[in-house]
Parts: sequence; structure tokens; C-alpha cells
Amino acid sequence: MTPLAGFLLVAALLFSIGLAGALTRRNAILVLIGIELMLNAANLNLIAFWRYGPHPEALTGMMFAIFSIAVAAAEAAVGLGLVISIYRHAHTTDLDMMNRMKG
Amino acid sequence: MTVVFYILAAMTVAGGMAAMLLKNTVHCALAVTVAFAGLAFLFLDLDAQFAGFAQILVYVGAVAILVVFAILLTRGSETPKDGVASKHWLAGLVIAAGVFAVMGWAILQSAAVLPHEMPVPAVTVLDIGNALVTRYVLPLEIVALLLTAAMLGAVIVALHEKEAAQ
Repeated sequence: MTPLAGFLLVAALLFSIGLAGALTRRNAILVLIGIELMLNAANLNLIAFWRYGPHPEALTGMMFAIFSIAVAAAEAAVGLGLVISIYRHAHTTDLDMMNRMKG
Repeated sequence: MTVVFYILAAMTVAGGMAAMLLKNTVHCALAVTVAFAGLAFLFLDLDAQFAGFAQILVYVGAVAILVVFAILLTRGSETPKDGVASKHWLAGLVIAAGVFAVMGWAILQSAAVLPHEMPVPAVTVLDIGNALVTRYVLPLEIVALLLTAAMLGAVIVALHEKEAAQ
């Protein structure tokens, strides 16, 4: 197995773990953590392809990963702000309990 | 495939698994911090020093703290009595397993044509800085705007509703 295939397999496994967590957990914060894990797995793919690609000096994959990290940080801040706001309103972070569009 | 890669991969995957399987939410936040740190070390193993240290700063430093704050503010550390899994957990698990099976199959099928050992790319932080202010200056400005908007949005969303009503 080539090194790139190893990194891609780890990224695929991490993405699946994040997806499983986001789909099976009930706590909204843990669903956000699962989404963060999926974003990180994608970043690992980008960096691995940058490292083993034909033109690493073009920095394409590296830049994509850095911007992805910045966007993921913004997403985490807004997502957790939303969870806190919903908790204040409905007094729960249980996603199975959040079944009303109307407050 | 070096021993370092196997150790870091095991650490990252174990952290991710623990974050999604543990019952106590605070323990999950700590486990996901281990996974983030493992990913940062994997970036360093891939000779992407800048991305690795950015990962440590942003994820291990900021996002992990943010998650712990959110858990404590919402009393999410109390483990619910009727389990932590959603009522559709079996479907979610099947979907995730299917996704992993498809991706793993695709990777193993194409493993023969994937590139082998490449020379270490000679990229310094100076090159990254030059690229950020020349070729990637527009994305950089957009990210700056996005971060400002996200910060304001997060503050406004999490503001007390009572004060707005007065």
C-alpha cells in the first residue's frame, strides 16, 4: 500500500466515524463535533494530495486546507451559538425533542 | 508507511471513536481534542508544518475550548437516562458503514495508480505568505469578511432574548 492510500484510508475512516456520530447522537453539540470530524477528514485528504501530488510548489491543496480550517472555525462558533440560543429557548439540547418549527 | 504514521493514525481514529461513543459529553469533548491533535501531527508527518500548527492553534486551542464552554453552558454534561443514541441510530450506522465501504473500496481499487514516494516539497512559510497575498488574496479577504460576520452573528444569536424584548 502506498503512503497516500494509507492517509486516504485514515481520512475515510475518520469521515465515516464523524458521519456515524452526526447521524446517531442526540446531543446537538456532539452532532456538531461529528461535523467537525468530517471537515477535518476532508482537510487530511487535501493535505495528503498536496504532499503526494505532482506540483506541491503550487500550494493548491495546502491553501484549500487552510481556508477550510478558517471556515470550519467560523462554522463552529455560529453552530455553538445557535445551540446555546436553542437551549435557552427550549431548555434542551436533545435533537429528538426539537420537533417544532414554532417556538 | 512508517511506524509514526501507524501510531498517529491509531491515535486519531481512537480519539474520534471515543468522541462518538462515550456517554459523558465532557469526555467526548476531550476525546475529540485528542483526535484533532492527532490530525495536526498527521499534517506535520505530511511535511505541512504551517497547516499542522494552524490546526493546533485553531482546533486544539480554540474549537475545543468553545465546545467545552457550550457543553457547560447547556448542562450537556449530564448523561441522559434514556441513552445517548437517537431513535434512528441503526439507519445512521448503516449509512456511515456504507459510505466507508464505498470510499475504502474506491481507495483500494485505485491504490495501484496512486503516486508512490515523492521528494519532500521545499515549501517555506515565506512561500505560503507570498501566495496568500498574491494569488490567494481574494479568498483571504473573503475569509476575513466571513470570520467578522460569523463573530458578529454568533454574538447576536447567543444574546439574551430578554434584553431584546425590553
